[in-house]
Amino acid sequence: MKTLVWVEHDNQNLKDATLAVVTAAAKLGEVHLLVAGKGVDGVAKQAAAIEGVGKVHVADDAAYEHFLAENVAPLIVSLMGSHDAVLFPATTTGKNIAPRVAAALDVMQISDILSVEGADTFTRPIYAGNAIATVQTSDKKLVITVRGTAFAKAAATGGSGTIEAVSGEGDKGLSTFAGAEIAKSERPELTSAKVIVSGGRALGSSEQFHAQIDPLADKLGAAVGASRAAVDAGYAPNDYQVGQTGKIVAPEVYVAIGISGAIQHLAGMKDSKTIIAINKDEDAPIFQVADIGLVGDLFKIVPELTEKL
Amino acid sequence: MKVLVPVKRVLDYNVKPRVKADGTGVDLANVKMSMNPFDEIAIEEAVRLKEKGAATEVVVVTIGVAKAESDVLLTARAMGADRAILIQTDDEVEPLAVAKLLAKVAEEEQPGLIILGKQAIDDDSNQTGQMLGALLGWPQGTFASKVELGGQGVQVTREVDGGLETVDLKLPAIVTTDLRLNEPRYATLPNIMKAKSKPVAKKTVADYGVDVAPRLKTLKVVEPAKRSAGVKVGSVDELVEKLKALGVAK
Ligand SMILES: Cc1cc2nc3c(=O)[nH]c(=O)nc-3n(C[C@H](O)[C@H](O)[C@H](O)COP(=O)(O)OP(=O)(O)OC[C@H]3O[C@@H](n4cnc5c(N)ncnc54)[C@H](O)[C@@H]3O)c2cc1C
Repeated sequence: MKTLVWVEHDNQNLKDATLAVVTAAAKLGEVHLLVAGKGVDGVAKQAAAIEGVGKVHVADDAAYEHFLAENVAPLIVSLMGSHDAVLFPATTTGKNIAPRVAAALDVMQISDILSVEGADTFTRPIYAGNAIATVQTSDKKLVITVRGTAFAKAAATGGSGTIEAVSGEGDKGLSTFAGAEIAKSERPELTSAKVIVSGGRALGSSEQFHAQIDPLADKLGAAVGASRAAVDAGYAPNDYQVGQTGKIVAPEVYVAIGISGAIQHLAGMKDSKTIIAINKDEDAPIFQVADIGLVGDLFKIVPELTEKL
Repeated sequence: MKVLVPVKRVLDYNVKPRVKADGTGVDLANVKMSMNPFDEIAIEEAVRLKEKGAATEVVVVTIGVAKAESDVLLTARAMGADRAILIQTDDEVEPLAVAKLLAKVAEEEQPGLIILGKQAIDDDSNQTGQMLGALLGWPQGTFASKVELGGQGVQVTREVDGGLETVDLKLPAIVTTDLRLNEPRYATLPNIMKAKSKPVAKKTVADYGVDVAPRLKTLKVVEPAKRSAGVKVGSVDELVEKLKALGVAK
């Protein structure tokens, strides 16, 4: 089987999310990549260096700079004559584009796969990960999004893919990019961090969120996450949200502070290796999944902990 | 401008899903079913557009069981939708087939905007809006946290992995809602009573001539690996020791 993997990047650097998708694709067959963007020579070279990669298709066009689904989906569809499967990371970019490709190909997409059980059979989470379904497709082509935490990352070096320019129809004239507010942070990215410190509604304000969570995260070299309640209340930005409908994370250590442990939150972090919970309610559901729990007032515990580390 | 809002009836988000012992799926017998929470946000947004004078009519559509007429479609009308369409089926319909049915509805209704939830909390697919965009050839503003109608188009602020992104879309367009787009109003009792007189058109899948045969076969459904509760420590010092043992603290 010939697979095509959507390369996640920001026109300068290839993103780690791509590497887990390469691993998933390699289980199906030959791995080709697609780098679509503007001024992406550097990304194409990084892509070609990924271990096990064959061809790297590069579509360099201003119309693809912001990965607008309206423009990018037809490009991918045009490459599906010579590929049997296309795989995307289950990032907001992948989730935006993949179904548009699937519908154009008349294929039922398989979202957020956890494993490859065979050429047409996959497992995927449903009901916020409270159930795992094994599904088999009867479609001729495959359109798949891949949960990054479920697959090991392919090695970013050691490969020798061949770069080949491709072109598509460019701008479809349906949508334009108007701007972005992308948070710049010195901290590791949530989805690839080894340690995450997350805060919940209990923090009470944006000031307290930063005053309590940030110094502890700095001490642990951790990324910062949040529950939906904390994001909704404006204590933390939207891209911090961990959960069923936010980011899925699986760090070595996840520290949940003042988070109750609703199923929608657990859906995003319960595959973490070690979960630590700090909560004043000893019956909080988070303790049912926590490896290490400390019952008490976070406003006393967190400063003391930060101080002692 | 007419706004079309497709909604789905799902297991209520407060109910913990239980996997059936025979591994065929999640047990939906005698459990509370509600409107998918993202779809409530979609209705709210549509109704606000109407209240602002930017939309003339809000039409809600669901594909599902007959009972939807008296629960989710009633809620939708009580929240402010003007009328409803029920495409009745007892079968599970996959996102691709749902999108095909919705494309037919859109051809009939000619809405200027279709607002959908970004995902349904049962199958968590996150596909229908984008698929509908492809089938209609319309632009899509997915995971919206802000929607602003202008002269010829709509500006959508999207929640993306790195933060926020804003796109300008030509109309007609598709919008899918994220959690922070708005806070949906409650369907009050008086409004529920009034909503009963708002029309519901009853259709069947066959009326639309769409092949809805599933492409995916569910071979089995199992519970995920269980985590067991660990230990509780008694003090910050003990926690520090644990963190050191884990190698994340010096
Ligand atoms: C469609 C849908 C999607 C959702 N998606 C997500 C998602 O992706 N991610 C997500 O997180 N949620 C999601 N939710 C929301 C989820 O259901 C919960 O409402 C949310 O996770 C609760 O956040 P929380 O734990 O911070 O707040 P709460 O549930 O209010 O918990 C606060 C906790 O803090 C503790 N506490 C209070 N004061 C202190 C103190 N001084 N010291 C220590 N502990 C204290 C309390 O005991 C309590 O356990 C979703 C909900 C819906 C309906």
